[in-house]
Amino acid sequence: MAVLQAYAPLLPEIIIVLGALALMIHGVFRPDTDVEASRIMWLALGVLVVAGVAVVQLGAPARLFGGAFIDDAFARFVKLLVLAGAGGAMVLAFDEMKAQGAFKFELPILLLFATAGMMVMVSAGDLMSLYVGLELQSLALYVVAAIRRDDAKSSEAGLKYFVLGALSSGMLLYGASLLYGFAGTTSFAGIATAASVAGAGQNLLLVFGLVFLMVGLAFKVSAVPFHMWTPDVYQGAPTPITAFLAAAPKVAAMALLVRLVMTALPGVQPQWQQIVVFLAIASMVVGALGAIGQTNIKRLMAYSSIANMGYALVPLAAGGAEGAQGVLIYMAIYIVMTLGAFGCILSMRREGGLVEDINELAGLAQTNLFLAFALAMFMFSLAGIPPLAGFFAKWFAFLPAVKAGLYWLAVIGVVASVIGAYYYLRIVKIMFFDDAKAPFMATRAKEGAIVALALVLVLGFVLPFVASPLVEAAGTAAASLK
Amino acid sequence: MSLVGNNLLSVVTFLPALFALAIATLNKEAHGNARWFALWGTLATFGLSLLIWINFDPANPGFQFVEEAAWLGPIKYKMGVDGISMLFVILTTFLMPLCILASWESVQERVKEYMIAFLLLETLMIGVFCALDLVLFYLFFEGGLIPMFIIIGVWGGKRRVYASFKFFLYTLLGSVLMLIAMMAITMHAGTTDIPTLIEKANLPVAWQTWLWLAFFASFAVKMPMWPVHTWLPDAHVEAPTAGSVILAGILLKMGGYGFLRFSLPMFPVASVDLAPLVFTLSVVAIVYTSLVALAQEDVKKLIAYSSVAHMGYVTLGIFTFNQQGIDGAIFQMLSHGLVASALFLCVGVVYDRMHTRDIAAYGGLVERMPIYAVCFMIFTMANVGLPGTSGFVGEFLTLLGVFKVNTWVALFATTGVILSAVYALWLYRRMIFGVMDKPSLKAITDMGPREIVVMAPLVLLTLFFGVYPAPILDVTAQSVKKLVAQHEMAVKTQRSAALAGQQK
Repeated sequence: MAVLQAYAPLLPEIIIVLGALALMIHGVFRPDTDVEASRIMWLALGVLVVAGVAVVQLGAPARLFGGAFIDDAFARFVKLLVLAGAGGAMVLAFDEMKAQGAFKFELPILLLFATAGMMVMVSAGDLMSLYVGLELQSLALYVVAAIRRDDAKSSEAGLKYFVLGALSSGMLLYGASLLYGFAGTTSFAGIATAASVAGAGQNLLLVFGLVFLMVGLAFKVSAVPFHMWTPDVYQGAPTPITAFLAAAPKVAAMALLVRLVMTALPGVQPQWQQIVVFLAIASMVVGALGAIGQTNIKRLMAYSSIANMGYALVPLAAGGAEGAQGVLIYMAIYIVMTLGAFGCILSMRREGGLVEDINELAGLAQTNLFLAFALAMFMFSLAGIPPLAGFFAKWFAFLPAVKAGLYWLAVIGVVASVIGAYYYLRIVKIMFFDDAKAPFMATRAKEGAIVALALVLVLGFVLPFVASPLVEAAGTAAASLK
Repeated sequence: MSLVGNNLLSVVTFLPALFALAIATLNKEAHGNARWFALWGTLATFGLSLLIWINFDPANPGFQFVEEAAWLGPIKYKMGVDGISMLFVILTTFLMPLCILASWESVQERVKEYMIAFLLLETLMIGVFCALDLVLFYLFFEGGLIPMFIIIGVWGGKRRVYASFKFFLYTLLGSVLMLIAMMAITMHAGTTDIPTLIEKANLPVAWQTWLWLAFFASFAVKMPMWPVHTWLPDAHVEAPTAGSVILAGILLKMGGYGFLRFSLPMFPVASVDLAPLVFTLSVVAIVYTSLVALAQEDVKKLIAYSSVAHMGYVTLGIFTFNQQGIDGAIFQMLSHGLVASALFLCVGVVYDRMHTRDIAAYGGLVERMPIYAVCFMIFTMANVGLPGTSGFVGEFLTLLGVFKVNTWVALFATTGVILSAVYALWLYRRMIFGVMDKPSLKAITDMGPREIVVMAPLVLLTLFFGVYPAPILDVTAQSVKKLVAQHEMAVKTQRSAALAGQQK
């Protein structure tokens, strides 16, 4: 029993992996039908819920395997976000994947494996576990992006995602090897000790290792200039998969980046701060400018998520517990807005399937006011207009930057957000000001539920009993990061 | 009753939003019901807001009706009014029922959404004047953009899309810079509580200039001051009548209010240092936009430019830092809130009949519309600043205050009074007098009972405050006195502190 006790902090990951394996065996012996796939999807959702309960029930913070696996408040907070993001995207996947004829029983299983990978990522305290988690996530997602084998765009998306993802993994590994060469250890704590020696910032091994590691992770969060894959993959992958890609993996990768630079490399903050500031500015500006010319709503959301990653990097550049808190709050609100927006995008259906041209939204306010209102609120929220949740995300993101004296970063950020507001407003304009086109088909229940839930959270964030617990939990989580 | 009594400001602020929710539950086709709900909602809000005025103690210069509740850690939900802000709340609640009435017949499409947007806008506008926390203020200040964007964009004129985008992005750009400045203040003072910041923010002099400029970026756009006024004529021209009324009556006042609430007390030294900049921009605004107004062929555009010119007096008055100037500026804002709103409503009356804003399309209206001609005359005179109307009191006090500080500025500013007479009277002559030779005008009817009900209170108040301004000046006097005294003290101590710092 004592052995089992020692592995208790791994329980959420164990539940997901065992659940996924059991479902795979179940799936293999059952006929390959939509009904069966749907049953497995429900069970997968159940596995996520059980894992979530397990995360909440975990005992005292612990470090396993010589610090390679860390279970602390930070990891738990992010794990809950990841589970929520993955679960929300799964709910969106049911009907649309069925409609596209791509509802395979492997889909929920692959998503479960990806989720398990993300959970390992956020608990990683060692370059090894970091890589294992990252690859488990990525491999599952490469397959998922290409799950519509008969569709050229989906295959292209999967291939692009794989090739560029592999390239980024290679860079990351190269950086990790350099860091190992510098520190003689792969554990974050060991690297931190080695890097806190005076003059470590001038060590080329360390600096190059740091740069390559950050490049690899910048690919994963799709920060500029490593964002090129994002619009193509977002557009090519089936929309529910895009929703999945846009939500949980971004959170996990961002959390990994936060933990890496704050626990392994606090001694060389000036070095990584420059990189983060550059990534943040480039992402905010390119994300805002790139979205202006887009007519495909999925490509637009891709640029929007690039810009949002830029904003999430702003507090990271500031560093410190408050900076980490800013990142966490931003990502939590980002997940809600993203899933809500994708719920709306999945409701843009006509007889022939989904439409993706934003001009098809014309006059939606007259044909489906609820949908138009919800999408408008997500857009205003993404633009950071109060009193919606997105405003608070930006407040907590920019506050640490201002406190750290990064005024120019903050000013460029808010100016970019005004440019970004233009394309968010364009969607509102098309829905509310233009003449109505043919109405969409009725919103499906599952999409409607996700949209409604996200809408309540986005609108209700001003209420103290919604915002305060999240802000406090993020504060506790950030404080546990040592 | 005590529940309402203790939370009077919150009740007044959020009552319109509650009515908006109620309208949202109505049947989509129930246009009449939506109108009546909105009217009763705004009337009830106005009635309740009068309780604020009745129970307001003018002898107390501090904040009254203060409410405080926990919200987000250091950020509090805090509301309160003083002599500077209280009357703006009343102005807002007073103008709203008139706006609803003015849109009674002119808005026929998507009535429900229209009323919801207006009621939500009312909540956000009242909130701006009541908020006593930086974040809360910003929330209301910026949140108002959403309904206004929708109002201009959905119910506006031909170029409504262009106007709504320009309005939104212009004001947003100004405001986000203010947001960064608010964060810097928060960081330095460790609180977002406005009364505390006013009393003892004591920000380093070197920072004050930057922070002042960031706030200026927001308020100058909102005001609007020359040269960032260009969004206003577009927004005014394209907005529906009631939207123009709200823009001219309330939204423009947020800039002036912001200067009084934030710039003067929190950045006293920077305010003094940069006052010449404000004076220059204001004088340019007064002279230049008056001349521009003279050249307009669109009635609404003419009134919009005249608004910019009149706001020039407000900024002049505020940055005199003396009692007359600031009293005058507040009075001018309130009076302009009545007069400019009324002028836009007047335009709305003929626009509803003729569907054109071209001045050349009118002429000789007095023959068919005598009541209208009288109303228009009164408001034109008030706009010019004729003694006996509310416009005179504000302009006179402001110019008096300016004269004490800088005679040259006062001289140039006074030319604006003459210019405003030129464009306003010429407009009146072209529209109302002359020969009615246009066949399209032959059948035009005079104002109906609904329109008279809308105009009557505005006429009465314009004349009443013109001959008896005391009710307004009594309310503002003590708070302004405190503001001026505090400002003088702060400039003195902070200057000497900065000097001592340099000598070390």
